[in-house]
Amino acid sequence: PCNQRPHPLSPLSFSPTVTSEQIEHLHRRFKQLSRDQLTIRKENFDSIPDLEFNPIRGKIVHAFFDKRNLRQASDGLADEINFEDFLTIMSYFRPIEMNMDEEQLDRFRKEKLKFLFHMYDSDHDGKITLQEYRNVVEELLSGNPHLEKESARSIADGAMMEAASICVGQMGPDQVYEGITFEDFLKMWQGIDIETKMHVRFLNMETIAHCY
Amino acid sequence: GQRSSGSPINSSQPQSFAIVSFKWDHVKDPYVITLWILVASLAKIVFHLSHKVTRVVPESALLIVLGLFLGGIVWAADHIASFALTPTVFFFYLLPPIVLDAGYFMPNRLFFGNLGSILLYAVIGTIWNAATTGLSLYGVYQTGIMGQLKSGLLDFLLFGSLIAAVDPVAVLAVFEEVHVNEVLFIIVFGESLLNDAVTVVLYNVFESFVAIGPENVTGIECVKGIVSFFVVSLGGTLVGIFFAFLLSLVSRFTKHVRIIEPGFVFIISYLSYLTAEMLSLSAILAITFCGICCQKYVKANISEQSSTTVRYTMKMMASGAETIIFMFLGISAVNPEIWTWNTAFILLTLVFISVYRVIGVVLQTWILNHYRMVQLEIIDQVVMSYGGLRGAVAFALVVLLDDNKVKERNLFVSTTIIVVFFTVIFQGLTIKPLVQWLKVKKTEHREPKLNEKLHGRAFDHILSAIEDISGQIGHNYLRDKWSNFDRKFLSKLLMRRSAQKSRDQILNVFHELNLKDAISYVAE
Repeated sequence: PCNQRPHPLSPLSFSPTVTSEQIEHLHRRFKQLSRDQLTIRKENFDSIPDLEFNPIRGKIVHAFFDKRNLRQASDGLADEINFEDFLTIMSYFRPIEMNMDEEQLDRFRKEKLKFLFHMYDSDHDGKITLQEYRNVVEELLSGNPHLEKESARSIADGAMMEAASICVGQMGPDQVYEGITFEDFLKMWQGIDIETKMHVRFLNMETIAHCY
Repeated sequence: GQRSSGSPINSSQPQSFAIVSFKWDHVKDPYVITLWILVASLAKIVFHLSHKVTRVVPESALLIVLGLFLGGIVWAADHIASFALTPTVFFFYLLPPIVLDAGYFMPNRLFFGNLGSILLYAVIGTIWNAATTGLSLYGVYQTGIMGQLKSGLLDFLLFGSLIAAVDPVAVLAVFEEVHVNEVLFIIVFGESLLNDAVTVVLYNVFESFVAIGPENVTGIECVKGIVSFFVVSLGGTLVGIFFAFLLSLVSRFTKHVRIIEPGFVFIISYLSYLTAEMLSLSAILAITFCGICCQKYVKANISEQSSTTVRYTMKMMASGAETIIFMFLGISAVNPEIWTWNTAFILLTLVFISVYRVIGVVLQTWILNHYRMVQLEIIDQVVMSYGGLRGAVAFALVVLLDDNKVKERNLFVSTTIIVVFFTVIFQGLTIKPLVQWLKVKKTEHREPKLNEKLHGRAFDHILSAIEDISGQIGHNYLRDKWSNFDRKFLSKLLMRRSAQKSRDQILNVFHELNLKDAISYVAE
């Protein structure tokens, strides 16, 4: 029994196969995280013990409050999100259905890649600069205690050069690559099917959430 | 003079010191073995001279035909089948290198990611194939079309269980040249490896049932059979894991004996195979899991040269064994003593195994697609059904049958030979055009780009986080937990300190790319 006010779920966010059962389940989870409040704040995510060990925890939690992901017109960060927003973020991770056509698949793909892009582009300027990329790589590799910061930096630089060579091709000696735009980002991902890699199975109803 | 009756009578006593003598009997056994290996290897060279032929005909088919030809020559010369693929040689010397090679180079992440599907096909699928084939053959036998056979229900079930299993050697040989996408390959190949436990249990159970007689088969015996499946499969796996642990631990300390480092890999893995065989557990599972579990630590610990040595030796032994197996399958077929022809039986076996395989695959895939993230489509199911090849394992098992207990052994042997030849030659020949015609998704031969690796790592973390946040246990959660456990305990125990530091996939790709850049820079 849901004692929250009913809210409209926009049809664009959800495929017909996200069942009401799954929404029920996510709702229960939301209530747990929000301690029965109507909204969650960043601090509520601290109550998830396993998340602590995740190297890019900061960016992921941040992504939940990123207004660009919440499909809101304005920019910046929201202070708190309600259940509808929670579901919106979760919807980026739903699996593809067998009956999607080319156009839907393409839109699906772009959505997922946009989510990823927003995660990397922390200053919201529409470009992933070298500094932002270094930031991401350092966080990603922070899980390995044996890796020095210097190595992480070199890796980030190498990756950036690789991206530049894919997006711009051969650059002249005095050309400067400013940053990866979303179009460049799409180019990098051509040929790799992200649809099959970036999703979570929302089938498993028995959760360990009851433990905490 | 008096001569004891036991000693051979030399009609010609040596009169003087012989400078050289022809000591054929002295070297006969190793000489013949080496000659056969040489013939097989030379045959491979000859086959690959003609690129046009090898593109169309799989090597395994060519080797079988060569074997038939050579067997014919030997028969014509001697009128006895002096060479055959004996089960002992097959199970002790030819099969282990192939399976070890498969396990050691198994893409673990792909394997464990699809383990559920693989297990379903391996266990349920094989039981389905065995039961339906055996029962159908028995059913048709009852109608009398096959004439009079000295077999009962249990014999048919025994035959069904040995002909049911998809064969890893055949699958490897054929799929190697076809290059289907990795998920499809790992499912068919994983199935062929893991179904050994089922095959071993079914074969042993029915063989002993046939021996003790159908009257004595009680419910208890059946329950024992079911229990033995779990014991055999889990036991075999545990034996493999134990030896993998041992091997990884040993490889940690081999720094000062670099020259014999590679030896440990082969010796300890082979021991795992023999130990499982000794305890009547599944030896294939043991050596497979030994390879799967030790890869990470052994590859991290041993030196570059040892790693290369291990890789090439393993590939050479596996490839050599495969070549010999197929050639001898051909040679063993030329043995008129075992040939028993029963058109109905043979034809029906072929029909039943094909039809029931298709039905089994379709049913299981339908069930699996409810649980899988990446669905298996019709095309995949076609390739899986068509790729269910039978091979040398079935042949070795059928030759092992005792014809005092299984009266129709020769018929079974003949049928198995025909089934194996049909699947390897006909299906092997036609699978490549089929795959192309159906436009099956192929493997992407792509260099791993640094960005790909980085984003892949990011994905793992993101997906784990989403699973944590949405409160459920998924693949990513499990994989995360495992890699934490591995990093905290296992790697510390099994990997050299120097290796722990530098073992990061992203770092490896980075170093490789740097090396390539440096080389190309110098070359300019």
